Amino acid sequence: MLMYVVRRLLQAIPVFLGTTFLIYFMVFSMPGDPIIALFGDKTPNPAVLAAIREQYNLDEPFIVQYFLYLQNLVTGNLGVTFSGQEVVDVLSRAFPVTLKLVAMAVVIEFILAVVIGLISGLRKGGIIDNANLVTALVLSSVPPFVALFVAQYFIGIKLGWAPVTVGANATWGSMLLPAIVIALTIYVTGMRLMRGSVIEAQSADYVRTAAAKGLTARRIIPVHVARNSLIPVVTNTAASFGALIAGTTVTEGIFNIPGVGKVLYDAILRGENATVVSFVTILTILYVIVNILVDLLYAVLDPRIRYV
Amino acid sequence: MTDTTVQTSASGRPLADPSKPLVQVKDLEVTFKTGTGDVHAVRGVSFDIYPGETVAIVGESGSGKSTTATALIKLLAGNGRISGGKVLVEGKDITGYSERQMASVRGGVIGYVPQDPMSNLNPVWSVGFQVREAIRANGVASGRKDIQAKAIEVLQQAGLADAERRMEQYPHQFSGGMRQRVLIGIGLGADPKLLIADEPTSALDVTVQKVILDHLESLTRELNTALLLITHDLGLAAERASKLIVMHRGRIVESGDSLEILQHPQHPYTKQLIAAAPSLASRRIHSSTGAAVTEGVDAIDMLKLAVKHEDTEAVIEAAPVMVSVKDLRKTYSIRRGGFKSEPLHAVDGISFEIHKGTTLALVGESGSGKSTAARLVLGLEPPTEGEIVVGGQNMAGASAKQLFDLRRRMQVVFQDPYASLDPQRSIGAIIAEPLKVHGVGDRVSRHARVEELLEQVALPTELAHRYPNELSGGQRQRVAIARALALKPEVVVLDEAVSALDVLVQAQILQLLADLQEELGLTYLFITHDLAVVRVVADAVAVMEQGKIVEAGPTDEIFENAQQPYTQRLLDAIPGAGIEFGN
Amino acid sequence: MSERTTEHYVAPVDPDEKVEVDRVKLSERKSNLWLDAWRDLRRRPLFYIAMSIVLVVVVAALFPSLFTDVLPNNDCFLENSNAGPAEGHPLGFTRQGCDVYSRIVYGASTSLSVGLLVVAITAAIGIPMGAIAGFYGGWVDSLLSRVGDIFFSIPYFLAAVVVMSVLSAHRNVFVISLAIGGFAWASLARILRAEVLQVKNLEYVMASEAVGRGRFSTLLRHVLPNSLTPVIVYLTIALGAAITAEATLSFLGIGLPNTIMSWGNDIAQAQTSIRVAPMALFWPSLALTITVLAFIVLGELIRDALDPKARARR
Repeated sequence: MLMYVVRRLLQAIPVFLGTTFLIYFMVFSMPGDPIIALFGDKTPNPAVLAAIREQYNLDEPFIVQYFLYLQNLVTGNLGVTFSGQEVVDVLSRAFPVTLKLVAMAVVIEFILAVVIGLISGLRKGGIIDNANLVTALVLSSVPPFVALFVAQYFIGIKLGWAPVTVGANATWGSMLLPAIVIALTIYVTGMRLMRGSVIEAQSADYVRTAAAKGLTARRIIPVHVARNSLIPVVTNTAASFGALIAGTTVTEGIFNIPGVGKVLYDAILRGENATVVSFVTILTILYVIVNILVDLLYAVLDPRIRYV
Repeated sequence: MTDTTVQTSASGRPLADPSKPLVQVKDLEVTFKTGTGDVHAVRGVSFDIYPGETVAIVGESGSGKSTTATALIKLLAGNGRISGGKVLVEGKDITGYSERQMASVRGGVIGYVPQDPMSNLNPVWSVGFQVREAIRANGVASGRKDIQAKAIEVLQQAGLADAERRMEQYPHQFSGGMRQRVLIGIGLGADPKLLIADEPTSALDVTVQKVILDHLESLTRELNTALLLITHDLGLAAERASKLIVMHRGRIVESGDSLEILQHPQHPYTKQLIAAAPSLASRRIHSSTGAAVTEGVDAIDMLKLAVKHEDTEAVIEAAPVMVSVKDLRKTYSIRRGGFKSEPLHAVDGISFEIHKGTTLALVGESGSGKSTAARLVLGLEPPTEGEIVVGGQNMAGASAKQLFDLRRRMQVVFQDPYASLDPQRSIGAIIAEPLKVHGVGDRVSRHARVEELLEQVALPTELAHRYPNELSGGQRQRVAIARALALKPEVVVLDEAVSALDVLVQAQILQLLADLQEELGLTYLFITHDLAVVRVVADAVAVMEQGKIVEAGPTDEIFENAQQPYTQRLLDAIPGAGIEFGN
Repeated sequence: MSERTTEHYVAPVDPDEKVEVDRVKLSERKSNLWLDAWRDLRRRPLFYIAMSIVLVVVVAALFPSLFTDVLPNNDCFLENSNAGPAEGHPLGFTRQGCDVYSRIVYGASTSLSVGLLVVAITAAIGIPMGAIAGFYGGWVDSLLSRVGDIFFSIPYFLAAVVVMSVLSAHRNVFVISLAIGGFAWASLARILRAEVLQVKNLEYVMASEAVGRGRFSTLLRHVLPNSLTPVIVYLTIALGAAITAEATLSFLGIGLPNTIMSWGNDIAQAQTSIRVAPMALFWPSLALTITVLAFIVLGELIRDALDPKARARR
């Protein structure tokens, strides 16, 4: 297990270098003065301009620039936003909010995926199963931002059951609606995995053997069917956790939730490209970290990987 | 039913009345629902099992033997149901039982040992967990300590000496044979009156198979448990069971005393089966009466094939050497956790020669290196060391062009008929592929050659425009043979080419291979784990163990007079080796 | 054991049931993977529904004037701003007073071109990367897989955000497709690599090499054709996802400029008036959802048709 962890962490190093390089490359290999491009059509504040020029060491050769940029990144010197705030400060305020939202969405997603997937899988081909599959197809084709608008309009504006926007004071309750909507747009993958592996497990040899031992369905289903099916669902959920952190941009923008995604959303809308790049880098690194955790979690859940 | 006071054995279990059947199956019918209508898998099957006796059901795939067994504990696959007849367990008909009632029959009254040890243990729970669960469910012991103690006892009984230490390990940490022991332990854990063993060893190596079956036999005898053995192997069935039931297409064609059936089969199908069984052929060679089983039946007799290879030593010596292998080695480096690696000597300095027009069998159990040797000879992998000369051409120094030309002279037939043909190409395209790659002929002449080849392997020529998915395993193997013959090779490597086939089909393919050898003067390198088949097809044998050839010689000599203990063990492990045929 | 005599039972021999071992039984109709899949698809009403939606979108993209006489950017009058349906304008007007229905019809070509371009880019990079990595193994695999990992580790939406932000001066259909497809290929390469790894160990691949066919030729002839099922399914569903991604980027203002008709742009613009004119937001959203749904359903049906195991799981 320890070897597995070490190996996985070593594998992450080239990925980390590669992703940051790629983002850096995309920005700084563009024609013209990249710093001016970073500001789009805005006129920058000279002080901010100077700070950013220093951050990116444009006088050095390209590869040196990248390593200096990397050094800054590793030492936590993430630079300043368009308005001159330290990115680290912005991040420390916004990140807890995003984490709260994503955690809520993930828990809801997991419950939906497991419960619906299990019922659907056990009753394969029945009315509930078919209704569920149709719903899943429709839900998975609604673009997230459309779903968010629909929810905001009907539940927030028309019915008034939930706040239309969240605002500065992001409480658990005020973020419930966006969390549910996010969960609904992503539970389908997990639900299908659960359903599929429940159906597969039901005809698995070890389940028949369990029945042959004299076990009743009340024991077989949770212990031998559901437990085995959980492995792919848990890892899928964890993987969507990473994707969600990255995907909160639209959600937080529409519901005005003061998280990391909202910072990115605002920066995109205002064309503050320097901030966009900073935050995309941060989110990508987060995504890489979560992916590592997912693989480790997988090893914990599956003894075949735990004991090699 | 015993409604008077019952006798009890020492263990406290009521001793079953030996004169009353434990299980009575009466006119059993099983139906599967499929997309294209109902399939009657079992049709009017009746038999009894008495306390303590061993009964074997024998049949080919699709005969309904496994379905019959699973019907006894009502664990038929999803769309199957008992559509008629009765199954009386200790006098009570269980066909109407609910799942809850069945739970009390399963495990406690009837235990079950499944076929594939790899897929029958839940990979995410420890072995101990899965044994304890069986014990708890059947109320054999209660309280954590007692259950644990009983679980260890059961596993030790099943042949897992260090059960206590290995209880908390997971299935993937056990070998196939060890897992099968665990499954036997689970099956016997609740002290059932009948144990159903469904092909319990067909996924294991022969020597392991023998040990497991010996153990199962002595254990059931000791516990006075009746045993219902399901197998495709007549030899194995006759050796282990006192009573034999032969099934074909869902019906019983013949049943009765094992030896009686082997010696005096009545039904033509039984006769065919016995004639085709390689494991029985070598027994029959030594009997005077055995040879006569095929009388009056249109059957392929393994005996005749086997006899062909007797006294061929002189002929072999006279023929020129076609394939010569010297000090062949192949070493892989195996990754051992993290960054260390250690060498694995898959093939460890083997040498052999094959004379033109003869068959050399390379025999060994899994991991012996026989398949690697085949790949080396075929030039699919470069050897680490050693020399391979085929038809005078040394492969080591050969140019790419020479190697390419060599491929025309040496072809291969693989084991798995379902994986050896590209499902997206027509049969004609598959057979013509070697011709096309080597630029032989034009479209028209290639098509003519394909038809000729199809006829040679006894397949209708209109198959050329069909796809492999319409063919059975045996037919696919014929196509693979036709493909191998397309370039008129001199050497054909048969890598477990008949191992996946049912016994009658296997006999047919073996006959075909023998006919082709005679007709075309082919030289065969026959890779197999099955010594029984070797007896039937090979002129010479080389036995491999852990990358080395431990013994080699003419087939008869090896079978009559094996020098190495390993060879002897392999020979003893041939199912049916213990049967006294004839007399 | 008791000494019971076991009766020797022999079933009556049925003269009609002459056992011919392994007789060739051919069905009337030819059968192979693609034919069977096609027959399966043709039996499904959903296939026709999804196909007709796709067809309508394709025709609208190629010949929008068949569906509407109104030009999307002409006749926009501010006095019609956010107005409801009127004669000749069945879905009402946008905030700028343009015809909603006409804008949807003309937006189809944008969505479809982005979808097709992304799929083409994804396939052009992902198929060679996945196939070569899986088939050749060794250091080739390590190298290509690490490159894939890097692209896989940047969520393609975020990557597209960066590309589109930096290239603010060059936002057009081709650039946005490149921004999405340039990163989405990594998933496809992974899927194909896993499939190739399985297929390449099958005996027919070894048989082909034993015949003397070259490695690369074997890859093209035998391995790739037999690994395509998940690729086709992935690409069909990716087409829908790409349309969504374009709409989302346009919605964020970094997709296509307002001069290019796009459902995402329409939704973004209608967002500001969601309280007064929700329908102007609803219609393009519906068009978007139905189109994506059609492609997803198509992908699912193809998966079922090509994979008998998936059919059983259904």
